[in-house]
Amino acid sequence: MNLSQDNLSVQTTCAYCGVGCGVKATPKGDGTVAVAGDKDHPANLGKLCVKGSALGETVGLEGRLLYPQVRDARGSGSLRRVTWDEALGQVADKWKAVIAEHGPDAVALYVSGQLLTEDYYAANKLMKGYVGSANIDTNSRLCMSSAVAGHKRAFGEDLVPVCYEDLELADMIVLVGSNMAWCHPILFQRIAREREKRPNLKLVVVDPRRTATCELADLHLPVKPGTDVWLFNGLLSYLSRIGAVDPEYLAAHTSGFEAALAAAEVDCADPAAVAKACKISLAALMEFYESFAGTAKVITAFSMGVNQSSAGTDKANSIINCHLIGGRIGKPGMGPFSITGQPNAMGGREVGGLANMLAAHLDLDNCAHRDAVQTFWDSPRMADKPGLKAVDLFEAIEAGRVKAVWIMATNPVVSLPNADQVKRALAKCELVVASDIIQDTDTNAYADVLLPALGWGEKDGTVTNSERRISRQRPFLPAPGEARGDWWIISQFAQRMGYAGFDFAGVHEVFDEHAQLSAWRNSADDLPRVFNIGGLSRMDRSAFDTLAPVQWPVLQHVGVDGGTARLFEDGRYSHPDGKARFIATVPRLPVHPVDEDFPLSLNTGRVRDQWHTMTRTGRSAKLADHVPESFIDMHPQDALIHGVREGELARVTSQWGSMVARVQHGGGIARGGVFIPIHWSGQTSSDARVGGVVNPVVDPVSGEPEFKHTPVRIEQFRVSWHAFILSRSELDLDSVAHWTRIQGKDFARYELAGRNTISDFSEWARELLGVQDPDADWLEYADRTEGMYRAVHVVDDRIEQCIFLSPRLDLPARGWLAGLFAEPQLADADRASLLIGRPLKKGVDVGPTVCSCFGVGRNTICSAIRDQDLKSVPEVTACLKAGGNCGSCVPELKKLLAETRLEIAAHAPA
Amino acid sequence: MKPALVVIGNGMAGMRTVEELHKLAPDLYDITVFGAEPYGNYNRILLSPVLAGEKTVEDIMLHTREWYEKHHITLHAGDPVVHIDRRKRIVRAQSGKEVRYDRLLLATGSKPFIIPVPGHQLPGVIAFRDIQDVETMVEAARNHKHAVVIGGGLLGLEAANGLLRQGMQVTVVHVTDTLMNQQLDKPAAQLLQKALENKGLNFLLNAQTAEIAGPDRVTAVRFKDGSEIPADLVVMTAGVRPNIALAKEAGLHCDRAIVVDDTLQTYDPRVYAVGECVQHRSATFGLVAPIWEQARVCGAHLAGAGHRRYVQQSSPTRLKVTGVDLYSVGDFIGGEGSEDLVLRDARRGVYKRLVLKDGCVTGAVLYGDVQDGPWYYDLIQNRTDITPIRQHLLFGQALCAA
Repeated sequence: MNLSQDNLSVQTTCAYCGVGCGVKATPKGDGTVAVAGDKDHPANLGKLCVKGSALGETVGLEGRLLYPQVRDARGSGSLRRVTWDEALGQVADKWKAVIAEHGPDAVALYVSGQLLTEDYYAANKLMKGYVGSANIDTNSRLCMSSAVAGHKRAFGEDLVPVCYEDLELADMIVLVGSNMAWCHPILFQRIAREREKRPNLKLVVVDPRRTATCELADLHLPVKPGTDVWLFNGLLSYLSRIGAVDPEYLAAHTSGFEAALAAAEVDCADPAAVAKACKISLAALMEFYESFAGTAKVITAFSMGVNQSSAGTDKANSIINCHLIGGRIGKPGMGPFSITGQPNAMGGREVGGLANMLAAHLDLDNCAHRDAVQTFWDSPRMADKPGLKAVDLFEAIEAGRVKAVWIMATNPVVSLPNADQVKRALAKCELVVASDIIQDTDTNAYADVLLPALGWGEKDGTVTNSERRISRQRPFLPAPGEARGDWWIISQFAQRMGYAGFDFAGVHEVFDEHAQLSAWRNSADDLPRVFNIGGLSRMDRSAFDTLAPVQWPVLQHVGVDGGTARLFEDGRYSHPDGKARFIATVPRLPVHPVDEDFPLSLNTGRVRDQWHTMTRTGRSAKLADHVPESFIDMHPQDALIHGVREGELARVTSQWGSMVARVQHGGGIARGGVFIPIHWSGQTSSDARVGGVVNPVVDPVSGEPEFKHTPVRIEQFRVSWHAFILSRSELDLDSVAHWTRIQGKDFARYELAGRNTISDFSEWARELLGVQDPDADWLEYADRTEGMYRAVHVVDDRIEQCIFLSPRLDLPARGWLAGLFAEPQLADADRASLLIGRPLKKGVDVGPTVCSCFGVGRNTICSAIRDQDLKSVPEVTACLKAGGNCGSCVPELKKLLAETRLEIAAHAPA
Repeated sequence: MKPALVVIGNGMAGMRTVEELHKLAPDLYDITVFGAEPYGNYNRILLSPVLAGEKTVEDIMLHTREWYEKHHITLHAGDPVVHIDRRKRIVRAQSGKEVRYDRLLLATGSKPFIIPVPGHQLPGVIAFRDIQDVETMVEAARNHKHAVVIGGGLLGLEAANGLLRQGMQVTVVHVTDTLMNQQLDKPAAQLLQKALENKGLNFLLNAQTAEIAGPDRVTAVRFKDGSEIPADLVVMTAGVRPNIALAKEAGLHCDRAIVVDDTLQTYDPRVYAVGECVQHRSATFGLVAPIWEQARVCGAHLAGAGHRRYVQQSSPTRLKVTGVDLYSVGDFIGGEGSEDLVLRDARRGVYKRLVLKDGCVTGAVLYGDVQDGPWYYDLIQNRTDITPIRQHLLFGQALCAA
């Protein structure tokens, strides 16, 4: 054991959201990894959110895909370990055959914002320059393609004008469709800290839900889902009407204002009408409009609530319009700001990893651009028309037009809308290849060839965050098994396809080619693009390895020390005329209206402590506590109307599919809507995959699906019993009507519900838990008539597994039992209490976890507020530490404070 | 001159009644007590610990001769009454002594049931009822090796345990497949059997004794299936029979035992009876708790403060085997309309079962952890509605109170 290894910390970048925080990772001698925020990284300055803080818990090798595997027979065939050569050779043979018979458009790549820029670059080069098809799309399509399209329409290029520092320089921040407190916590905390210094910094949140983000807001506009264009058209009209216009800026740097204003004034000239359309109060609307008009330095940050819509691109443009009219762009503290969801969504855009882009911000539909790229690549052919976007791609696969698909670092069976269609498509597809880091995913179940990729901590390359900052992801762990970087896999495959141009000696060479291409013919008189990182080209391996985070463009002459904080300072845009364009946005509602059969609008999104389909965050016990199960958040009155009850299971059904989760209230959703998180898959729950319910409607411009609105109905999911299991071993629960798997520390927790009548509890439980030995140390409690049963299996004086079952939702809290799994030996007193499910001595129930970092529960916080008369979040933090680390829970603390203080006031003597 | 009270039987029931009487009316009677055994009154229940060597005879004496003297009670120990003349109101002892009575209390107890198989009269075949039996067993243990206890009930197991502690190899023979089937359900009995096997006892269940064999002293026990086991000592613990010969002969109304009313009065208003020799509302008694209650009621009536009525209540059983905790009370089997709560922790040797009916506890079997037995007994006695605490009931009073 080399103790000095402990001191070898590596600066890298977080694997999760688009904030792109710097992480210092220190592998320890015992195989664990200590993770801390990187103080030198400009995105986070040393802070990390709860997900980032738990990165170290997610690097274990359990469940990893470690070797190339091939499925012998289609469907039920089992996977066989093969060599890389055999696996890639088999894929190449099939691709060659398909291309020869059906043309290049019969093959496709479906990639991911989880890929590093170099991986993305190689994949895009392969498809567009060598296969000759633009059938490469990415899960970023589901995330920010509307923002990309909005940027392109307005600015002529996919450009984010601002930087994170602008959030601190602004006097007003409007967050649209963004639960930043949970989804981009570090940015939100930067805002929160700035507001402590400057309470006048106004925060407005536009969101149908009253999210945790709203806890800090001065004004929350709970607009009806899909009505953002009304809101911002109304704002444009209002600004114009009151003269909050910068005529010089309009004239010198923009075009299309009149048409955009005319379009806005059709429906949105009257604020009262806008308020009505958006279902918000006129007073709130006017407060927003007046503040916006009266504040020069305004940032409008938008996220999935804007993008994931059938009018997503128009929403983005309606926002940008409002910034252009007053020239609120190109100067510190102002501008529209697309906050992306994924760690490398922007990197993917730089290399053209979308079906309708080329590379290096060049256009697929521009002949000169295509020639330029083909010349640079010296490639045999060049795709000349847009490829299939995500939703279309899987429809084409099902229709048989695409015969072979290669999925990299994403899980479309969970994440795409109408996800059951994706299953059907993959089942029909002649060759499904999946590159992943995890063996068992919903998508990998359909793969004919599985290729082991490198995960965070192993892979090497760059990512670009939401403020155009390129940062290195550096490896600090050895490649496990035969896992390889995606760029390497693609290059090896390309060589087997007979393609030249993929003989990269290292990842830095891929980056270098990408950097060179960005500067290729990039001059005012040739093919000018703002995206230019020529200054980062020609780096050798060591220069690449020491690359500090830098914001593009990085021009040739400024070199690696350059970088650009904000764009458009000179008012020059990327359209040929150098002007920004107003886009006329005609408001329209979501494609599928709610109706009698499907009366509720389904909204989807993230929870605070999970990421995507939980293949990584799902491994952390710490992260599992905040929201252990999927849920259906809805208004209590809707629950009453639809006959479902809080805490019980319900089925949500759309025209496309259905899923089951537990009903809850308190998520701040208005009547008429339900909210369901996106994270649960077939690996973590029997039937909580919301992707199967979401409608496959997409934005006509961006192709981004309408994740934020699907008409659904909800009905009771009747069960005859509820149960939970904590177990050190993995269980097969397919015989149970409903289950969710939750990662614990040294155990898995399963929440179950069933419809079957259990005649012999003991026998049933032993079979479910796989305890065959009649002499096993088995404790049980049964109340047959009540239908209650509890059993604990002890092995060598340690708790091995337990099951608690009841016909009602009155099972004991899981916390105490869960804690016993960490004990090397059961204490006698604990053993006696096992079947009670809590210590015999009346222990303190800390309640559900609020602060994941310090493991502080809700009840602990509320009683501290009551007992010690705490009045502010800093006081709570001083007292309990809660909120003192990543701060992700501060909005919840604030809410608890407000509620508890209200309670105190209500009980205080008059 | 004070009226005369004669007590036949110097056992626990009779003396407890005298004590109860003394509490209310210390000087009401001239009291004479006849006892068959040559001792003062001792606690028969504690014979097991004496046999096991955990207690001495002195330890279990309840009333010494001094006590009788102090309370001016005439004691004729070792002189059993052989005749009652109800017309003359005289009792006659074996010694010929006659004593006249105004009130007579019968507390003759019960006799062990000796299964009348061939050889049952052989030397070395005994019961487990009194100090003499204990002495016989201790003596046998010194000179012999193999003991067979016929009857795997409460008493048999205590005898077996005692003999084991005295160094013998002991086999318990039981006619059904469940030990203590009067008090335990099968799972509890199995735990008990396992625990006792671990202590070194052997068991033969479903075994029907056919013959006790031996030339002049017992040497083996033979079964109906033809098998046999060696035996130097056979202890019959197959139940007891109420000792009612004297009462019957005196013409008192008897059924299985001396029939008494709610005041413990027999059909002769001058004659009362308590303890194992009585039959009250068709029930007979073997456990101490109801007998204490009978003594209390009977004592009050003898004292002339006759306002109490004896009401039968279920009473708990505990097995006095060191290291085995067992508690059983009430209807522990259940049946139509009753419900069960069951808790098992085999490794820790814990089994608990409560039988519920109409929202009340009606029976309990506790094995391994008997701490809450008295509480369940209270719940049974008071017919407490346990619906609100049902979920926690089996986990004990501490949790339910919390």
